[in-house]
Amino acid sequence: MSSVSMTVNGKAVSSDVEGRTLLVDLLRGPLGLTGTHVGCDTSQCGACVVHVNGEAVKACTMFAVEADGAEVTTIEGMADGDDLHPIQEAFREHHGLQCGFCTPGMIMSAAALLKENPKPTEDEVRHYLEGNICRCTGYHNIVKAIMAASGQDVSAIAAE
Amino acid sequence: MPKDNFVGQAVKRREDQRFITGNGRYTDDINLQGQTFAAFARSDVAAGVINSINTAKAEAMPGVVAVFTGEDFVEVGGNPAGWLVHSRDGEPMKEPKRPVLAHGKVRHVGDAYAAVIAETPEQARDAVEALEADITPVAPVLNMKEALADGSPLVHDEIETNMIYDWGWIEDNRAAVDEAFESAPHITTLELVNNRLVPNAMEPRASTGVYNPGTDEYTLYTTSQNPHVTRLLICAFVMGIPENKLTVIAPDVGGGFGSKIYHYGEEALVLAASKKLGRPVKWTCSRSESFLTDAHGRDHVTKMEIACEKDGTFLAFRTETFANMGAYLSNFSTSVPTYLHGTLMAGNYKVPLVYVNVKAVVTNTTPVDAYRGAGRPEATFQLERCIDKCARELGIDPIEIRRRNFVQPEDFPYMTPVGLEYDTGNYGATMDILEKNGDLAGFAARRAESEANGKLRGLGIASYIEACGIAPSNVAGALGARVGLYDSATVRVNATGTVSVMVGAHSHGQGHETAFPQIVADRLGIDQSLIEIVHGDTSKIPFGMGTYGSRSLAVCGSAVVNATDKIITKAKLIAAHMMEATGEEVEFEDGVFSIPGTNKNVPFGDVALKAYIPHDFPLEHIEPGLEETAFYDPANFTYPAGAYACEVEVDQETGKVEVMAFTAADDFGNVINPMIVEGQVHGGLTQGIGQALIENAVYDDSGQLLSGSYMDYTMPRADDVPMFSVDHSSITACTHNPLGVKGCGEAGAIGSPPALVNAVIDALNSGGHSVEHIDMPVTPARVWAAMQG
Repeated sequence: MSSVSMTVNGKAVSSDVEGRTLLVDLLRGPLGLTGTHVGCDTSQCGACVVHVNGEAVKACTMFAVEADGAEVTTIEGMADGDDLHPIQEAFREHHGLQCGFCTPGMIMSAAALLKENPKPTEDEVRHYLEGNICRCTGYHNIVKAIMAASGQDVSAIAAE
Repeated sequence: MPKDNFVGQAVKRREDQRFITGNGRYTDDINLQGQTFAAFARSDVAAGVINSINTAKAEAMPGVVAVFTGEDFVEVGGNPAGWLVHSRDGEPMKEPKRPVLAHGKVRHVGDAYAAVIAETPEQARDAVEALEADITPVAPVLNMKEALADGSPLVHDEIETNMIYDWGWIEDNRAAVDEAFESAPHITTLELVNNRLVPNAMEPRASTGVYNPGTDEYTLYTTSQNPHVTRLLICAFVMGIPENKLTVIAPDVGGGFGSKIYHYGEEALVLAASKKLGRPVKWTCSRSESFLTDAHGRDHVTKMEIACEKDGTFLAFRTETFANMGAYLSNFSTSVPTYLHGTLMAGNYKVPLVYVNVKAVVTNTTPVDAYRGAGRPEATFQLERCIDKCARELGIDPIEIRRRNFVQPEDFPYMTPVGLEYDTGNYGATMDILEKNGDLAGFAARRAESEANGKLRGLGIASYIEACGIAPSNVAGALGARVGLYDSATVRVNATGTVSVMVGAHSHGQGHETAFPQIVADRLGIDQSLIEIVHGDTSKIPFGMGTYGSRSLAVCGSAVVNATDKIITKAKLIAAHMMEATGEEVEFEDGVFSIPGTNKNVPFGDVALKAYIPHDFPLEHIEPGLEETAFYDPANFTYPAGAYACEVEVDQETGKVEVMAFTAADDFGNVINPMIVEGQVHGGLTQGIGQALIENAVYDDSGQLLSGSYMDYTMPRADDVPMFSVDHSSITACTHNPLGVKGCGEAGAIGSPPALVNAVIDALNSGGHSVEHIDMPVTPARVWAAMQG
């Protein structure tokens, strides 16, 4: 067991973990942050995306010990009190989720995209989301929500 | 009262708040004091004889608290088939036993033969590795046609065959159909495969069993689309627990698409283990296990024939299908290729004669059951592909041949030759919308533009009709269903005027928590924010059949309406008492009870309070309280229908197909929340496009699932699909439910595969190519090979 310390959603935390413990297991288990999900075991689905030192990371593909000393943000840290992050708000406004399971990872990836590329084209959004699988929405409203969150006019895109 | 949260409005979903903030509560998010963890030992061969399982080493591993094998469950029941199908010779289908853990033989890769319970998930998985199982591999049964040949190995020795049933529909029509083919001016024949799919809800299955020795009660938290059905199966068939001693809770569930309808052995295992250990037992499926054990979908091999006049008028359809059941009969597997497939084989068309034959076969593969659409995609695909081929052979436009044969608006109610009565529809109207919204007149110009860029462009059309909300129970029962197909709702008006609605349907993405309150708000004339939906917990809701087959709104929504109407009836009595009148005199509108012609009125909230403070009630006439339950058993299926158009570009160098545009025109009857309906169509279209373009569950010659992870099984990602054009403005209201609604959840997955493949074939009949058919998925390799002739 090793002791790890990090800042998660602005709070200092520490925990004893096995060498094989994944960051996602630390978040979901000892830290109780179950908003980050596990949808696969091959680093493909993106349900576990969090931010580590500002970069989007699949938390199933990083050992907890590797995050020692890091700043981690999870979906639980995106809203500012009752004020939702604009991407969260856009997902609700544009029906960008159905079962909700992929949603936290989608929102975290979208936030990383807009940080890199504040006004992405539809193609750029779709390409960036390659690492996040959604089985419910057909991506239509996810793409629309992300473009809306970037401040672009999505009224020409079909559907409510 | 503002009308912006009532029926027909795109109310934003209230459930989103918890999902976008990470506050959803899925089964694996629930952790209980003292919980232990289960891990399963699964067969790595497709077929094998279990000689022995030595558990000693595993039991000695750190943290291990118990090990179970198939031996521990020989005394308990098996997981049953929920629909009894009879063969055309009148014999009942074969029903091999499906135990909690494999005993004697393993029958597919992933078949669980032992389980370890330990203090941590890692310790449980480590101990599974330490189990010593002596399993002798035997020759697997994989190919359906070979499985039926004399001398084939058997998946289940006890049934002495690999054929579960050989079903004919409708047997009395068979001779007339054969005769029509003898004399038909034109016959089109198409042999095709409806590829096996893995449903892949994003949340892997999970189950936690809890036993309370103080009350002898069990609780099961599980990823289910239908907690009462799961409870019934566990109690009545598998474990013999009294139903009143088991609570099944399906909390937030991360998608289902059919795969979470069924009871799986892991649920029984965690319950049995929790009793033995006196501690909660939790199991969470890995994605790799999920690929091997979640019920798969489709997997039909079909020959479809159309007999018609030279002008394309259909005379008869005849089909023969081999349907793969996998290694065991999953709960509703036997109904999918029969009553959800054969009964739809007339499609949207006025064809006088149809005969369907289906042979259901067991093989050493993962069990197959209903997956989004379930039988109807298989019916629609073969029919719409074959019609396209027929049109091409006869030189008739693919839209024209469909229009020429459509059941017409004046024909409804229309009795098909395959046993269904379509209540209403207007197939020409959806085709009109499709032609306009898809700018089909502009296709030639778009094709020319693609060709100028060196690409082939194709346009594919498909019509579909589907039957959802399986019903009524008496007909389903006569056809072999072992369950009823009603649903239920309890409307509880609280003393302060808020309303709790307990429903039998389960929401796992469909937005019931938003749409159902719209219905109640509309009827009661109160704000929807005063209404709460309760679902997913058998201790809180009335017995309901859950969510699948696009039934929630048509069936459970109707129960919500009826329970709400009972509330209004009783509330009128209370209001009459308050206004010193009789119940018949009271009118109720916009949330206010009144006596016409007087200035007497009381608002709904006052009546609610009075119901619970009945100081002056005439108790011989009015009971206190305001709570009503309704069970609704529909008179018929509902029949959504529509027309879809897909445009693709094919890269001639690589064979890669790109979906350039997809247009959908659906008739779902009345729409409660258009935003949710459109989202359902987007998702269905994408799963259908996935099936047609990239998804495939592939087994090798030894029965190993080659496409067993997200690195091998390709599902649509954001850059595989375009923005969709969807439309539900063509409305023929369902004639037999109080909301006039149909179902919308599966339509997209039913209509899109033939539209896409027809588009690819259209492209491959341009540029000097002449390709008749490519099986799904239309991968670059297959398309390229077809182009080479």
